[in-house]
Amino acid sequence: MNPNVLAEFARVVGSAGLITNPEELRTYECDGLMNFRVVPMAVVLPTSAEQVQAVVRICHQHGMPFVARGSGTGLSGGALPVEKGIVISLARMNRILEVDYPNARVVVEPGVLNASVTQHVSSAGFFYAPDPSSQQVCSIGGNVAENSGGAHCLKYGFTTTHVVGLEVVMPDGSLVHFGGQAVDAPGYDLTGVFVGSEGTLGIATKIILRIVKRPECIQTMLAAFHTTNEAGAAVSDIIAAGVLPAAIEMMDNLAIQAAEAAVHANYPDCGGLLLVELDGPFAEVEALVAEVRAICEKNGAWEIRVAQSEAERILIWKGRKAAFAAMGRLSPNYIVQDGVIPRTALPRVLDDIARLSAEAGLRVANVFHAGDGNLHPLVLYDRRHEGEEHRAEQLSGEILRLCIKAGGSITGEHGVGEEKKMFMSEMYAEPDLDTMQLVRCAFDPERLSNPDKLFPRPRFCGERSDRLHPSEVAGLADYM
Amino acid sequence: MNSDASKAMVKDAALAFAAVVGQEHVRQATAEDSVDGVAVSTVIEPGTPTEIAQVLQAATGAGFSVLPRGAGTKLAWGAPPRRADVVLSLRRMTRVLEHAWADMTVAVDPGCTVAELQKAVAVHGQRLALDPLWPERATIGGILATNDSGSLRVRFGSLRDLVIGVTMALPDGTLAKSGGKVVKNVAGYDLPKLVIGSLGTLGVITETIFRLHPLPRVTRTVSFAGNVGSLCSLLLAVTNSHLSFTGLQLRTTSGSDSHLDVRFEGTSEGIEAQLTHLRSIAKDESFVEVDDVWSERERMFRDRCEKTLIVKVSTLPANFATLISLVQNTGKSSEMEWRLVAHASGTGWLRVDAAQSDLCAILESLRQGLQMMQSTAVVQHCPVVIKRNLDVWGPVGDALELMRTVKKQFDPSGTLNPGRFVGGI
Repeated sequence: MNPNVLAEFARVVGSAGLITNPEELRTYECDGLMNFRVVPMAVVLPTSAEQVQAVVRICHQHGMPFVARGSGTGLSGGALPVEKGIVISLARMNRILEVDYPNARVVVEPGVLNASVTQHVSSAGFFYAPDPSSQQVCSIGGNVAENSGGAHCLKYGFTTTHVVGLEVVMPDGSLVHFGGQAVDAPGYDLTGVFVGSEGTLGIATKIILRIVKRPECIQTMLAAFHTTNEAGAAVSDIIAAGVLPAAIEMMDNLAIQAAEAAVHANYPDCGGLLLVELDGPFAEVEALVAEVRAICEKNGAWEIRVAQSEAERILIWKGRKAAFAAMGRLSPNYIVQDGVIPRTALPRVLDDIARLSAEAGLRVANVFHAGDGNLHPLVLYDRRHEGEEHRAEQLSGEILRLCIKAGGSITGEHGVGEEKKMFMSEMYAEPDLDTMQLVRCAFDPERLSNPDKLFPRPRFCGERSDRLHPSEVAGLADYM
Repeated sequence: MNSDASKAMVKDAALAFAAVVGQEHVRQATAEDSVDGVAVSTVIEPGTPTEIAQVLQAATGAGFSVLPRGAGTKLAWGAPPRRADVVLSLRRMTRVLEHAWADMTVAVDPGCTVAELQKAVAVHGQRLALDPLWPERATIGGILATNDSGSLRVRFGSLRDLVIGVTMALPDGTLAKSGGKVVKNVAGYDLPKLVIGSLGTLGVITETIFRLHPLPRVTRTVSFAGNVGSLCSLLLAVTNSHLSFTGLQLRTTSGSDSHLDVRFEGTSEGIEAQLTHLRSIAKDESFVEVDDVWSERERMFRDRCEKTLIVKVSTLPANFATLISLVQNTGKSSEMEWRLVAHASGTGWLRVDAAQSDLCAILESLRQGLQMMQSTAVVQHCPVVIKRNLDVWGPVGDALELMRTVKKQFDPSGTLNPGRFVGGI
């Protein structure tokens, strides 16, 4: 790397804010998706929006790509460095700037950890609703980039639901503000477009969040079924009855075994386990718990337990949230997949996954947010066995294709990043991707902000494909 | 261009439109089709997404401006168009395309009315949890373009939280999808967010997919009457409590009447317990049970006249008391009557009736006060004659240039609704 450019960075962030030592740089070579690795040219750790601006301006001036990074817990390679580029770590921008309880707003810097927001406001009876399983370590800036979800988004919505305004350093180094404390600021909803853009549109340096009043009563129940199909039928009946739980999670036997081995959550040993959480006013929750219990029993639940204490409730969730990491107890290697299907396709898709798993001779554990059809199949393999990693990747990809075929999505909360960009063209037609690219060209015409992620191939602004959209072809056929 | 050439071009374009949608769906515009006093020449009524795309492509090619229209209930929102050649009417596209009731999603045409959609999904005990203005007439495309939402927002969010997928036609004839039919989906940019509230300046929505909610089992609304200051405090006490309300609305006027309405939905037992809780929070204040208070926002738009100004205020609930004193102070310097409906989401609607010559100054003074609270006021109704002299949208902030760039990317020739959106977009 040009030493003059390094000197320019050092002038902005000081030598303490600049990493160039190859050993230290390797810490940043990947995020939570470890099968892609690129060592960046340098890592810059700014402490203020002004410093981020100055760093980005230097990049812009030299045409040098940059990748923003929070805690690096992402599972799709969104924070994977680019060759000949730098990483801008927001970890040192971790202050909670304002708290406004009457209006339920909190303003934070991007490096603030997700769980810190809830910790900060819990004494006043509030919480921050999006709760990815990594919430103890992942950052709000990363959540904004990925539009992170979590178990409770069934009722409370995703990160995008809870972000009302942003301060953003644009890829040319200018500073702009989207939205604000109040909702419906006049103009285009650029906040809505920025959230979930995976770092490709700029760097958020200040985030205005909406917090939520903690419900009066929370009840968490476990229901054990013989099969995931029975559990799935119960989920459909719960939703059809007009009950909107705070969360409905499902685990299959393999996932239960892993969670038990890791955190001793005291789950029943069964083929399909449902974890249902209901919250709201006492009387309401009491009535709904009885109703959900009856629905589960009708669908073949042979054991139903309601957590009797906060400690028991926390343990139940600990098992669920540890499920990914717990796979290490069952298998030396595993791929965490993230796909979405319409909830009603659940039994069919689970059968298909079981079939593919048998054909590939690899075990697949299933953990998912059953209420919204978000699957997290975990493909288990052993890298030491010749060809097994490749088979696991193939199987994992086939599972995504099942999701697309069922009318779903290739990602519900982990993002496209580096990992799934080739699947974008299976889920979307070229004109759809071209249209998304228009947004990219408005924000980042020089493609400096996290380039080469999200889209299946590099595109230049002004470039459009000539291929017709499938529905266009169908529409034209009407005239023949 | 000489006038013969221009006439020939118009004729060519008219033929192209007729070739796409059929002669019977192209007609000459009448005075009733004009927008904010700007006359339109042609009305085109496509019947499919492809026809919409082809009409847009032909119009862009001919250099025509296009004004998309649903039922026309909110056509006066936004600034007067800079140019108005073609009205693209969605009145033929009225179907509910697919109600996947077990998945609680629905796909719908842009010209379908909100009421028709609600009727269709109610068959399976579901609803679109949104209460926009004039549901009997307002279309899906229209509410999306204007981002209209009502009192249910405080619980279920606004359109940005309810739309899970859109297909849109761009001015160059591209048909593009974003999102899909699953509730949870983070693949690619979230274009539905971009088009919601864009006033038809980026593309024409040809299909929308919503997530649905169950119809409530029981709904009850209670209302407090009293002094506006104490009602503002009570509103904050309710938002800061464990009550699970689905509507919280403050109503006040330049007369003496002020009310706070609270709506609960759920089981009978649950609501009864919540009312008991509400009594304990309200202490000295007592409530009565009411039904028809949630159409108050709609009533505000009735009997509009040449003296009426209606603005949508975006602020924070803790600012309501300050907002009301701001309005009262403005009223001191001008002879005016006013009414305010404000929801706990921070959105409010203010109607002012005053001498037409005072309306611009009233708006200006309101905006000055609101700016101190980082709040905004967007005009949703005013006499056409004064509309040309005021900024319907108000200040937009430092992202305006980026918004212009976005517009340029989607609509480089400025085909769609030119001049109607923020900053002259």
